[in-house]
Amino acid sequence: MGANLKEVRLRIASVKSTQQITKAMKMVSAAKLRRAQQAITQMRPYADKLDSMLKNILSNLEGDAGTSFGQEREIVKAAVVVVTSNRGLCGAFNTNVIKAAVAAIDEKYATQRQNGNLTIVCIGKRGYDYFKKRYEDCNIVTDYVEIFNDLSFDNVAQVSTMLMDGFKTGDYDAIDVAYGRFKNAGMQFPELAKFLPVEKMEKTESSKGKRADYIFEPDKESLLEHLIPSILQTQFQKFLLDTHASEHGARMTAMDKATENANDLLKELKITYNKARQEAITSEISEIVGGAAALEGS
Amino acid sequence: MNISILTPDKEVFEGEITSVKVPGITGQFEILNNHAAVVSALGEGEVRVIKQGGERMSITIEKGFIEVLNNNISLLVQGVKE
Repeated sequence: MGANLKEVRLRIASVKSTQQITKAMKMVSAAKLRRAQQAITQMRPYADKLDSMLKNILSNLEGDAGTSFGQEREIVKAAVVVVTSNRGLCGAFNTNVIKAAVAAIDEKYATQRQNGNLTIVCIGKRGYDYFKKRYEDCNIVTDYVEIFNDLSFDNVAQVSTMLMDGFKTGDYDAIDVAYGRFKNAGMQFPELAKFLPVEKMEKTESSKGKRADYIFEPDKESLLEHLIPSILQTQFQKFLLDTHASEHGARMTAMDKATENANDLLKELKITYNKARQEAITSEISEIVGGAAALEGS
Repeated sequence: MNISILTPDKEVFEGEITSVKVPGITGQFEILNNHAAVVSALGEGEVRVIKQGGERMSITIEKGFIEVLNNNISLLVQGVKE
């Protein structure tokens, strides 16, 4: 009985210390999440303005808005960018993103993979760890695995520029990005987004209506050629910032659950502990009483 | 007129100014009050702002875009060095 008591006491101590860790991790994630969300909101005015400029140009453009980034080619070579986090302990977040990527690789780009023309660009260690063993036949780009250490625009733009150059020179005919779209702290969705070629830009009726008389410098077509890389870079930055925020959101939820579970476990253990303690006392008393009775009898 | 200078990471400046000189991709140009609506791509160079009250500000950029409409200027820049 004494040994059982000690065992339970040790378990309580260990659960408590684990709970402390999960609690701390939750709070750290909450702080980091706030910062990550801030980064997203800070980028929004820039992205919105860029978008409205694009709409402006498109509504003033006669005919089709064809750019070199909108070219639909037969997909011989493809690339999938997998954006995951660097660390685990964030629930099913990374698994979900990887699943989305794997679905694209195994189904959409199966033929490209068979011909050895599929490139996987890994961002974040988790994704890299997964793909380096299972997808050895694909061409895995590892240069950007650690990019989460510095999410400044210029740093991230390196990756998007590399991808755009690859698309221009014909190294890739299609590029998809698997990432975790951030909705709020409790909700993140794994998503596979098409990065290149850019979707055909349609002129919407509403943008036609409020056409302002702009002077375009240089002409509209070359302006588009300048504008679209910037838009793509911004879009790519958003993928990373979203994943970053999602990671912390997911971790916060996971750690909150873990803390809660530890609480439940502690409650149960405490009952077991008290039961064992009571039992020990009862048996001790009955031993004493028994002993006394035996003495009286003699 | 009002200007807001934005980078992808943050807003650099927002406020009333009297003129701004920008490195357009086809050559430098300056925007004064009541400038016609214009959209232009910017190249590498220096953006010079004269704020209301005469204070000057200058930033170096790698590339960017400017939009002027009804005395509202939006300056989107990348690769800013102050």
